[in-house]
Amino acid sequence: MTITIKDFENDVPMAWCPGCGNFSILNALKQALVELELKSHEIVLVSGIGQAAKLPHYLKCNFFNGLHGRSLPVATAIRIANSDLPVIVIGGDGDTYGEGGNHFMHALRRNINFTLITHNNQVFGLTQGQASPTTERGFVTRVQTHGVFLNPLNPVTVAIAFESPFVARGFAGDIIHLTGLIKEAITTKGFALVDVFQPCVSYDRIHTFQWYKDRVYNLNDDGHDTQDLMAAIIKSKEWGNRIPTGIFYKNSESLTFEQQSLVLKDGPPLVKRKHDPTKVEKLIDSFL
Amino acid sequence: MMNGDLNIMVAGEAGQGMQTIGVILGKVFVRGGCDVFASQDNMSRIRGGHNFFQIRVSHELVRTSSMPLHILIALNGESVQLHRQEVVLNGVILFDSEKSHVSEEDNRYLGMPLERLALEQGGNKIFSNSVAIGATLAILGWDFKNLENYLSEYFSIKADMVEGNIKAARAGFEDALIRSNRYSGPKPLPQESRAKMFLTGHEAVALGALTAGCQFMSAYPMSPSTSIMMFLAGNADEFDMVVEQAEDEIAAINMAIGASYAGIRSMTATSGGGFSLMVEAFGLAAISETPLVVIDAQRPGPATGLPTRTEQADLLFVLHASQDEFPRVIFAPGTAREAFYQTIKAFEIADKYQVPVVVLTDQCLADSYFTEDRFNISGIQINRYLLSEGEVNSLKKYKRYQITESGISPRAIPGAFGFEVAADSHEHDEDGHITEDAYIRKEMVEKRFRKMKGLTKEISLPKQIGNQEGDLLLVGWGSTYGAMAEAIEILNSDGIAVKGMYFNELWPFPAKQVSEVLNEANKWAVVENNYTAQLARLSQMELQKKPDGHILKYTGRPFMPEEIVDAFRREVLG
Repeated sequence: MTITIKDFENDVPMAWCPGCGNFSILNALKQALVELELKSHEIVLVSGIGQAAKLPHYLKCNFFNGLHGRSLPVATAIRIANSDLPVIVIGGDGDTYGEGGNHFMHALRRNINFTLITHNNQVFGLTQGQASPTTERGFVTRVQTHGVFLNPLNPVTVAIAFESPFVARGFAGDIIHLTGLIKEAITTKGFALVDVFQPCVSYDRIHTFQWYKDRVYNLNDDGHDTQDLMAAIIKSKEWGNRIPTGIFYKNSESLTFEQQSLVLKDGPPLVKRKHDPTKVEKLIDSFL
Repeated sequence: MMNGDLNIMVAGEAGQGMQTIGVILGKVFVRGGCDVFASQDNMSRIRGGHNFFQIRVSHELVRTSSMPLHILIALNGESVQLHRQEVVLNGVILFDSEKSHVSEEDNRYLGMPLERLALEQGGNKIFSNSVAIGATLAILGWDFKNLENYLSEYFSIKADMVEGNIKAARAGFEDALIRSNRYSGPKPLPQESRAKMFLTGHEAVALGALTAGCQFMSAYPMSPSTSIMMFLAGNADEFDMVVEQAEDEIAAINMAIGASYAGIRSMTATSGGGFSLMVEAFGLAAISETPLVVIDAQRPGPATGLPTRTEQADLLFVLHASQDEFPRVIFAPGTAREAFYQTIKAFEIADKYQVPVVVLTDQCLADSYFTEDRFNISGIQINRYLLSEGEVNSLKKYKRYQITESGISPRAIPGAFGFEVAADSHEHDEDGHITEDAYIRKEMVEKRFRKMKGLTKEISLPKQIGNQEGDLLLVGWGSTYGAMAEAIEILNSDGIAVKGMYFNELWPFPAKQVSEVLNEANKWAVVENNYTAQLARLSQMELQKKPDGHILKYTGRPFMPEEIVDAFRREVLG
């Protein structure tokens, strides 16, 4: 039976603002799942808290909608328990890089096989427009009243620095390109990051769809070598009149957590293994 | 407890191997049919400082350390000075006569060139601990064979160590044998007995987790909880288990919840400070109704406090941890045996009711060695309480948070059947989707709280100990059990009609039964390792009953039975 977009649809009312980039990301994700022929009950979406993190409710799937900032540890352990289930983590920039910043760094270190899609709009939407870790310097909010003077975190640079298997940036205004990036991320073995520019229509009057449209280009059309670590870092720092999107870096040689764990590398997923009480008897005897 | 009990202390600085000496001696005594209790007193450092390992040997059940000392094995001069006052007049103080300088004359001194004998006879001065062990057993009139057999086994994984250690031990044994008449203290000799286990409280917790089929443990190292993670990591490969050291306690508990959602039994372990970080996710386990077992190895002090010391001051914290209200379960084992079976029960209850279960331990339980009859696991069944294929076939529509009479909703694991499984931290509807509907919110709170009815039936009642005719009552919980039970024996043998009520399962609080016991008592007192008498406050909260006496200790050290006896005379008998 062919899988269609309909297989991922449910009737849960959506709480996103009209015109929000989240809709495009949701559509791109659904399209990617259809093209990869994944079934709704055979994938797990994991999220934290925020507008983006509500996405798993709007797509028929197994999901774990946990705490603000804590999606990555949950996703990590789901993969450890059941390596048969593809896991996709969805979050905003505050959720993933702020509250969850430490987990982001350690998820890059662990290199567990899952995909992280960050809806990066440089702003806290649900709490009414404060700066996020990725907000550009100078951006004025009702909390950062004199403009942000902290350096923004560049998640793409950070992920490349950890030599992650797949580091990409998408734009919610280009669904077809984004669908391709998500598809490749899901099929990548290891931690795959798709950071997505997603203009906030309610709290950011500067970084609008048009602002991005005027600047973004696909660096993969430009002859960028995705195996070249230093070139990828330099590209990731490009910001201004031209902002690159696409695949910055691919590392097919990095070993995943699952491949290196003695317990996980062979045999069925943990959840399918049988408990053997005779082993316990032996261990108990060792205390005699 | 018996008057003929032998107390040995091994003292020195961190890194000198007190635990190795203590464990080998303890094990030899247990193999020789004795009952042994051993406690550890360690400073929070890697080298230096002053630590000791105390062993009590008896022909009867022992559950706590006691004083005075009969044999002191002092691995440095400082230990002689610090502990000689605690040694009986007919006891022995064993020390390295060439390394430790002792000025005064003392007829308890038994100086011996421990390092030189180790080097000359065993070939390496690191075997000096074996010299001390050999000497101790000679003083006590044990046969060298008892030690030789165990040393070969203990060092069998490092085969090159066996011969040297045995030679060194024999040198110590022979050297002490000539002078062993100096000692005229208690000498519990080997006797025929069933083989018994010798293990710590935390080894028992970890063994319980493996027996329960726990396949995932995530934790961030924190004293005194770390021993659980280390034991599990050492056995993980054999048991198809993954032990992951998380980046922080918040990650640790969220990982444990994630693994549980995906369908395997999982746990985390920490101490109070780490649990403070876990509190939000503790609530996540509750509202997402994901089974979770958390070990809180309590330690004294807010913030950092005293990392390697003991206290029981997290009871009311874990009872109220996390915002809002939800059902939870709290256990507090007092012996290795209880730690083993209650850890298994914790996993069972967590799965059955889809609730978080906390097992409270502390350094006193965690690091102390208990002698136990072999754990019997033949009757233990692992029930996961998941939807079966048959139940799935008769389902119209799967609802993860279906409103039910018992409060327990059908749980399936993601990917197992042809439908999707939700988990949500928001208030949610039966499908697990976010809702702010007032009616559903009320229904969900009530659904979750209906589990309390079932949970209350699962809780084991407090144990009644001591003279059941007594109208005076001592009440305690968790690791103070051993000292409290022995204090009651001492009081009973002095003709004081006191009995004890001891809790190892504290929540849901068995109010009705406790009320009956308290009503029968003429006077009652609590024994707790904390300042505010938390169990007393709990009974006030649940039963509006106040104790007549408070026996409290918050020095970071465990109770000795004699302290409880004295305090009881003062506080209750007045």
